[in-house]
Amino acid sequence: MTFQEFIFWFFAAVLVFAALRVITARNPVHAALFLVLAFCTSAGIWIQLEAEFLGIALILVYVGAVMVLFLFVVMMLDINLTRLREGFWSYLPVGAMVALLLVAEMALVLAGPYFGLAEAPRPESAPAGYSNTKELGRLLYTDYVYPFELAAVILLVAIVAAIALTLRRRKHAKYIDPAQQVAVRREDRVRIVSMPAEKKEGGA
Amino acid sequence: MEYITPLWPAYPELFLLVMACVILVADLFISDDNRIVTYGLTQATLAGCALLTFFTGNAEPVYTFSGMFVDDLMADTLKLLTCVAVITILVYARAYTVARGMFRGEFFALALFATLGMMVMISANHLLTLYLGLELLSLSLYAMVALQRDSVQATEAAMKYFILGALASGMLLYGMSMLYGATGTLEITQLAQLSADGVRAQAVLVFALVFIVAGLGFKLGAVPFHMWVPDVYQGAPTAVTLFIGSAPKFAAFAIVMRLLAQALGAEALVDEWQQMLLIMAVLSLAIGNLTAIMQTNLKRMLAYSTISHMGFLLLGVLSGTIDGYGAGMFYVVVYVLMTLGSFGVILLLTRGGFEAEDLDDYRGLNQRSPWYAFLMLLLMFSMAGIPPTVGFYAKLSVLQAVVQIGFWWVAVIAVVFSLIGAFYYLRIVKLMYFDEPRDTAPVRAGGDVRALLSVNGLAVIVLGIAPQPLMVLCIEAVRASI
Repeated sequence: MTFQEFIFWFFAAVLVFAALRVITARNPVHAALFLVLAFCTSAGIWIQLEAEFLGIALILVYVGAVMVLFLFVVMMLDINLTRLREGFWSYLPVGAMVALLLVAEMALVLAGPYFGLAEAPRPESAPAGYSNTKELGRLLYTDYVYPFELAAVILLVAIVAAIALTLRRRKHAKYIDPAQQVAVRREDRVRIVSMPAEKKEGGA
Repeated sequence: MEYITPLWPAYPELFLLVMACVILVADLFISDDNRIVTYGLTQATLAGCALLTFFTGNAEPVYTFSGMFVDDLMADTLKLLTCVAVITILVYARAYTVARGMFRGEFFALALFATLGMMVMISANHLLTLYLGLELLSLSLYAMVALQRDSVQATEAAMKYFILGALASGMLLYGMSMLYGATGTLEITQLAQLSADGVRAQAVLVFALVFIVAGLGFKLGAVPFHMWVPDVYQGAPTAVTLFIGSAPKFAAFAIVMRLLAQALGAEALVDEWQQMLLIMAVLSLAIGNLTAIMQTNLKRMLAYSTISHMGFLLLGVLSGTIDGYGAGMFYVVVYVLMTLGSFGVILLLTRGGFEAEDLDDYRGLNQRSPWYAFLMLLLMFSMAGIPPTVGFYAKLSVLQAVVQIGFWWVAVIAVVFSLIGAFYYLRIVKLMYFDEPRDTAPVRAGGDVRALLSVNGLAVIVLGIAPQPLMVLCIEAVRASI
């Protein structure tokens, strides 16, 4: 086993373990943290495949931004786990049987000779000075510009849908309108009353 | 290197996208009283999109965007029909959405984005764009179902739709990834070439096929992947049910054709998916028609009727011949026409605060409004497949295609279940004509709805008497594209 192979098997083992823990951990915060571990190890595997940009993007975007938000949400929501687990045991036998059948059937096909190392020969290493990032950018804005734009439209729809579903116009909210605040005049706030001076009683 | 690609085949999509964004922004400056402006802009956009589709149409397939986009006769025909269907939906839905506070800019923006998704799916020549179009459509539809967020039923329907839709997308994606693993390409024309030449990993292709067919089954709502259909149809606001039940079926038919008939159309593979579709078609016919008999809610009944219609559609596709595909396309056009009409009548009888969704609400419709009762009668006859309505011809052409490939016993089963299905369609006719009305409120509708609904209802009988032009168009479209 070369050092490279050792690294691969190490990352792969950690990845599988972390992924399993994501779905078995009882505490949702732990599950989210295991997901972070899974992302980090898969980023390692990607870097080994010479896809440095994707590996770094995975860490920066998913671990750095998405998972942090995710953790916030998990911590803020008070998820009732016992209610979620209701009926788990009664459905387990059927679910487990279907899952086992599926796994067995899939193994029969996928363990065949179609996806072995012989089928996927090792691609030639990129020459020195080859920029993965540049190549990706070139592809993304030329050959793949159409799906790229479509993905953007999907994000736009997600924004529109999220706002349409959650925005409530509250009539009785005590919000402040800065424009009104700035436009306030002295007459609105202060009333000057002229009244005759009064003598202090018993004054000196 | 040359990267300039012709944009003109995609003008309809580009126009639709730009206008959807314009409407989204313009709507912010329109007050609630003038929301009709947004409505007018949306309709104008769809009409413009239909015109652009017509004028950029061409008989020979044109590829652009590095072979990810195809513009052929089938795509043009289906896109044109999609635009017309969405225009009709919005006309029917106007009074309903106004009465329920859904007549908002978001509703129109989502409808336009959903239409864009359908057009992308119809024109997809790459599994990536096909999937992105599907997600664009589905996301918009989930949001539209949930738009009435104070309704528990609508929220539940949206949740079910979302979760099962995500599951179906997962299946489809897994199948696509297997196709990529076996062939090394995602482009549909290249996939067709490779699978015709014979790939060594034939078993992997078949394996991919299982997942793809399951995913498509979910999206079409064919048994055994039909669980979401009745709940979503019943729970969603009727205007949205009309949307889900009609126009997206064009896009669903298109992706079935692109994936099965085009990409995996090699003979050895056709044999494989023929059997899978056969099981789904026969089960859909059986369960759809038998369960519909038990329903008392018209929306739910139409949901089961949709399932059985999808069975017929699959029968057309599974024959694997040009005539069969043409019959399938004809069937989907007729199905959308009938769905638009029957949900149009439901929306017509629905008033503010009253949903006309129980079968009992249709008692004595003839005494309240003979014309609408007659239109509903035509539509129900057509759904049941009674001549001379077009539904008869649609079923007949599908059965012909099935008999041609020697599956006569399937044709017999289809006829038997259609006969069983005729019961629940004719029950509505009986309720409308022979029972006393419970509800005596007069039927009111705007001039646009009345005119369009009349055209819609009469089209069912006109096309039934002269089906040839549409049938020829469908067969030509399929022949030019495969």
